[in-house]
Amino acid sequence: MDILIQQIVSGLATGGIYASLALALVMIYQATDVVNFAQGNMAMFSTYLAWSLLQAGLPYWVTFAITVVVAFVGGLLIERIIIRPVEGAPILTIVIVTLGLLVIFTSVAGWIYSYIQKPFPSPFPDKPIRIGQIVFGAHDLGAIGVTLVMLVLLFLFFRFTTLGLAMRAAAQNPVSSRLCGIRVSWMLGLGWGLAAAFGAVAGMMVAPVVFLDPNMMGGIQLYAFAAATVGGFTSPFGAVVGGLLVGVTENLVGTYVSFIGTELKLTVALAMIIIVLLVRPTGLFGRTIVRRV
Amino acid sequence: MAADSGTGAAARAAEGRPQSAAAPRSRVTSRAMQVTVLLVVLALAAALPLFVSGFRLFQFTQVLIYAIALLGLNLLTGYNGQFSLGHGAFYGIGAYTSAIMIDRWGIGYGWTIPAAGIVCLIVGFLFGRPALRLEGLYLALATFSLALAVPQILKYFEEWTGGSQGIVLSKPKAPFHLRLTEDQWLYFLTLAVTIVLFVLAANLLGGRTGRALVAIRDNHIAAEAMGVNNALYKSVTFGVSAAYTGVAGALSAIVIAFVAPDSFDVFLSITLLTGIVIGGFGTISGPIYGALFIQFVPNWAQDISKAAPWAIFGAFLIGFMYVMPRGIAGFLQILWIRLTRPAVSKGEGR
Repeated sequence: MDILIQQIVSGLATGGIYASLALALVMIYQATDVVNFAQGNMAMFSTYLAWSLLQAGLPYWVTFAITVVVAFVGGLLIERIIIRPVEGAPILTIVIVTLGLLVIFTSVAGWIYSYIQKPFPSPFPDKPIRIGQIVFGAHDLGAIGVTLVMLVLLFLFFRFTTLGLAMRAAAQNPVSSRLCGIRVSWMLGLGWGLAAAFGAVAGMMVAPVVFLDPNMMGGIQLYAFAAATVGGFTSPFGAVVGGLLVGVTENLVGTYVSFIGTELKLTVALAMIIIVLLVRPTGLFGRTIVRRV
Repeated sequence: MAADSGTGAAARAAEGRPQSAAAPRSRVTSRAMQVTVLLVVLALAAALPLFVSGFRLFQFTQVLIYAIALLGLNLLTGYNGQFSLGHGAFYGIGAYTSAIMIDRWGIGYGWTIPAAGIVCLIVGFLFGRPALRLEGLYLALATFSLALAVPQILKYFEEWTGGSQGIVLSKPKAPFHLRLTEDQWLYFLTLAVTIVLFVLAANLLGGRTGRALVAIRDNHIAAEAMGVNNALYKSVTFGVSAAYTGVAGALSAIVIAFVAPDSFDVFLSITLLTGIVIGGFGTISGPIYGALFIQFVPNWAQDISKAAPWAIFGAFLIGFMYVMPRGIAGFLQILWIRLTRPAVSKGEGR
């Protein structure tokens, strides 16, 4: 029983990280109907920036704040400069452009920082936290906390600010929003910025666990895809629930199903994606989009 | 080179229509021109081992192998409009089929090439069947996930695949006492397979099937209304496309004489996609340009830095989407039309 609870908590911790990245994917999907295949690698790059700042001697939370801001600006610029020219192009074109970004980020990170794994510090104490018989990793609990804070901030932003409202409007009905004077194209840029910022947080939370290396986000991005698919690409709330669900499933399956263990983790995610797409392509919380032909 | 994508053919048909007497003659000369170019290319390809040898020749063998894989991917993505970001998986399955048959079961390497094709045909068909229900982006997602997961699956079945160590093979010698080096024999073998597969694809795409595929890509509802069985065509195309890529994988296992799970990662899939983007979607000749690109450009780029090839691939992927969305083949086609058009209109004027 204790092991079960421990596994669930650590599943929630990784799930929170998947949820952040899935949320980033969903945010871009909602605004532009495109999945950003470079999301994970943009996050990886932001984490390397954070590593550089930490090496320069800045305290952790200052680094955290700077990285989030830089990632936001970076995401915004990428949308304005690279994605904008292909706005409205066929989906395949945009997917290819994001794949281009993916390989560029991987290779530039490898170029600057080499392919050798680097340790990345956690802001939380090393000492595990004991509640009764059950031991929790402090980083796990901290990661859950950080994810929750980010989610609440995001919710408040979208729910209670004019800008948040404008962004939602632009995603839902671009033409009418434009007629109301919302600069739809810039809202898409802001969406990319926010998504990049979320990705950066996910990167900094996961790096102490998986170590920093240019390919560190490969598996995590796959799980984020699974999370977004399970929750539904059209629902931010679904992405969060999906992330937690996927994280817990991953841990429980890894612990209790002996032939899977850790060696087939990625295959579990693949199976989840395919099963959900077959059984319920809109995910748990997604809405069906009916198109006129 | 004979069959081109729907838009290209349509453009040419539209151009041919208003001309009365001049049109047939110009079409005949253009046809003759195409055949000449084709023959020259074939002659050059057959004579290549006279000029280059050793590692250089091995690289050209690799180009042919990539061309087969790219043709497979182009059938699916270029002609039929189904995304696959995971064709590296089928390449890997083909390579492992061949390697396991040779190494574990002692079967002659020649038999493993069609066997790899058949295995991938089945796997591709089975994957394509549920993928029918997935449109555009979701299919991209599913295939991308497949590409991410495959190396781990290959490592898992260790007693067959040799785990992360992979399987080491030995290069086959030339049969029938031919006085060829191993590299030369493998080059000719690959060339023969390439020619057969390209002719097959050209015939397939030039006729009724090709029109059905393009119709599904351009408007699947209209195609269905015209009596094209979407489900059947799409899943069979997925299978055939996987089979082409699997044959390429089997050839690569034989030529390189080594397979390891990490060489079939998601970056291989992106490499293949880069190949058809550069070569040109929905063209038969595109895969050849694409294969030359993905074989030689990383080699040159490697001299700059270990990371440079990918930065260059990425830049080309994005750059081509902006300025040459139909790739090198599409660019050459436009160039060809530009060059031939003034002569035709002059003839009409008189």
